[in-house]
Amino acid sequence: MDVMKKVPVREQDPQIRATNFEEVCLGYNQEEAMCEASRCINCRNAQCVKGCPVAIDIPGFISKVKAGEIEEAYQIISHASALPAVCGRVCPQETQCEGKCIRGIKGEPISIGKLERFVADWARENGIVPEGCKEKKGKKVAVIGSGPAGLTCAGDLAKMGYDVTIFEALHEPGGVLVYGIPEFRLPKKAVVAKEIENVKALGVKIETNVVIGKSVTIDQLIEEEGFEAVFIGSGAGLPKFMGIPGENSNGVFSANEYLTRSNLMKSFDPESPTPIMRGKKVAVVGGGNVAMDAARTALRLGAEVHIVYRRSEEELPARVEEVHHAKEEGIIFNLLTNPTEILADEKGWVTGMKCIRMELGEPDESGRRRPVVIPDSEFTMDLDCVIMSLGTSPNPLISSTTEGLETNKWKCIVADEANGKTTKEGVYAGGDAVTGAATVILAMGAGKAAAKGIDEYLSGK
Amino acid sequence: MYEIVKAKELTTNIYLCDVVAPRVAKYCEPGQFVIVRMGEDGERIPLTICDYDREAGLVTIVFQSVGASTMKMAHLKEGDRFHDVVGPLGRPSDLVSEDPETLKKKKILFVAGGVGAAPVYPQVKWLHERGIAADVIVGSKTKDLLILEKEMEAVAGNLYVTTDDGSYGRSGMVTQVIKDLVAEGHQYDVCIAIGPMIMMKFVCLMTKDLNIPTVVSLNPIMVDGTGMCGACRVTVGGKVKFACVDGPEFDGHQVNFDEAMRRQQMYKTEEGRAILKYQEGETHHGGCGNCE
Repeated sequence: MDVMKKVPVREQDPQIRATNFEEVCLGYNQEEAMCEASRCINCRNAQCVKGCPVAIDIPGFISKVKAGEIEEAYQIISHASALPAVCGRVCPQETQCEGKCIRGIKGEPISIGKLERFVADWARENGIVPEGCKEKKGKKVAVIGSGPAGLTCAGDLAKMGYDVTIFEALHEPGGVLVYGIPEFRLPKKAVVAKEIENVKALGVKIETNVVIGKSVTIDQLIEEEGFEAVFIGSGAGLPKFMGIPGENSNGVFSANEYLTRSNLMKSFDPESPTPIMRGKKVAVVGGGNVAMDAARTALRLGAEVHIVYRRSEEELPARVEEVHHAKEEGIIFNLLTNPTEILADEKGWVTGMKCIRMELGEPDESGRRRPVVIPDSEFTMDLDCVIMSLGTSPNPLISSTTEGLETNKWKCIVADEANGKTTKEGVYAGGDAVTGAATVILAMGAGKAAAKGIDEYLSGK
Repeated sequence: MYEIVKAKELTTNIYLCDVVAPRVAKYCEPGQFVIVRMGEDGERIPLTICDYDREAGLVTIVFQSVGASTMKMAHLKEGDRFHDVVGPLGRPSDLVSEDPETLKKKKILFVAGGVGAAPVYPQVKWLHERGIAADVIVGSKTKDLLILEKEMEAVAGNLYVTTDDGSYGRSGMVTQVIKDLVAEGHQYDVCIAIGPMIMMKFVCLMTKDLNIPTVVSLNPIMVDGTGMCGACRVTVGGKVKFACVDGPEFDGHQVNFDEAMRRQQMYKTEEGRAILKYQEGETHHGGCGNCE
């Protein structure tokens, strides 16, 4: 083997996977994993750990994989992370652990994500569960939202001995892992549900169908239901639209709606009672990971799919791996293109989208070159479906019903990055509800920090 | 799981259920709704709360079986369970936050069409409990489709029942009754109209002419009901609103009803197929040419 190169991971053939919802990446087997693990030089001052928002002991678990002690490797990971099978699949490792890997200076970094995934999958298949806590503290903590931030915070608090209840607004726990990320990237029953079972095995209770701010408020949880601290991990739920003419035509969806129908409601399965539009020619507006997910979903539902993005390929916010997979599957990229109007027939159904071509000008405040309109470059795309994937903003349901909880101008909850502390005593927050839309692992990091913050607060009480 | 403690058919295709949902019953207010799911893979179905009993932890829902999912729901009986009931969703009716003394001075007219009598009822009842008598027009296509007449009678000031075909009560559409009442000298400060989109549209056209501020409750297609998907977006006064969190009640004179009605048709083909499949079961294999 070439020690400078990663052990390649097996994937479903692009042409076959474009027609199914089975997982794209097949993962390592034990032999491949041990081989990949042997590339790790076990740095004394491990940079990879610094790149991990939840600070997994990466050289530690990899050395166990190298020795074939997979169960031990799992216990090392689960000490820091409640969702290793998820993170091994959806973390942007290239900018985190793997981005800092010393091996990566001259060759390819260690495939840390794929190793994490292998360990977590092995543990699941072999019925290994994380070690829980023996001593109970007898104090109740409420966690709002069962996405990555909430699950991590709840898992950590349960390990410390707190009595934790998660409140979930939807009918199924998992948050964005269930409604947002598609089956072909993150299998729901096999992976997500199992990781949630592991969190429950630590003693965490999950109550679904509770919309905090509607069914009950945070103040009522504290005053009437005996919770001594609350963690808000409610995510960034409200979809943005462009505000261009024709956007309410039939056949225009937010990526949130399209993905929720397919992922949470399982509409990709023709047997599901929840319908989804199977377009013939679909444009997905936006260039983030969610846009890639929506595009690849529409493709699997039988459409010709175009990504319409106003900047160039270099600025695409999506992970390189996602863009690469999308291209392999046949998604067409219309870059430096911005929609100006959605066209519809007399019954209100989408027939096309007027667009204008862009070029890159001077850098803006984000440091990326600003897209500028090229005059007289309008053209029309014939389409029957448009999916808007322009990002999301936090849902005001909680902030507007909680006395003393401050938000900033983007309606994000104000919280201390180090410990999740908000402006309201006993209330902590983290994840997209605080930062706006970000990644699974950053939300997990925030959930972890808040669990520590809550423990400090309740220990001093 | 949410147990059904009472289930009955109010009239052809319209059903009532009392469901154990303590969290919803505890804080819900008139104007709000719930989302229910029948089974593990069921569709999320938004339904208005028709009544509630805080102490018993019960909410009453009324639904019309129009699609495959609600047709299945029609078979629910006492002792059965909903897989999920979530709520209360949406904003409470504006009435609830108004000062009862101010409300007492107002002449309020409710207009209910068809199954719209269900969401109108808790509002009229709420007013009645505070000593405020509102006039209520209840319209239905025909006598057999009329619901909640007795219940409404018990809480309304004047109740005017009309049927499109004249088989019961007055004859004609609800808009005709509004016109007649105003011609008879009734004056109204506010009108609250809830029913089929087309009815609300025409009530609003009329009340705009008559200069009566009008509130409508919209029931667009929804998925999550918490503002997450935007399926329920409607244009009100030129601005895009999400009915699930900004509504469901809006200023009827500002609502773009034509767009809202078009958007309601979004999944008509899929719904039609689901109904055929439900009704014909295994015997339906798509040979008819009407479906794939």
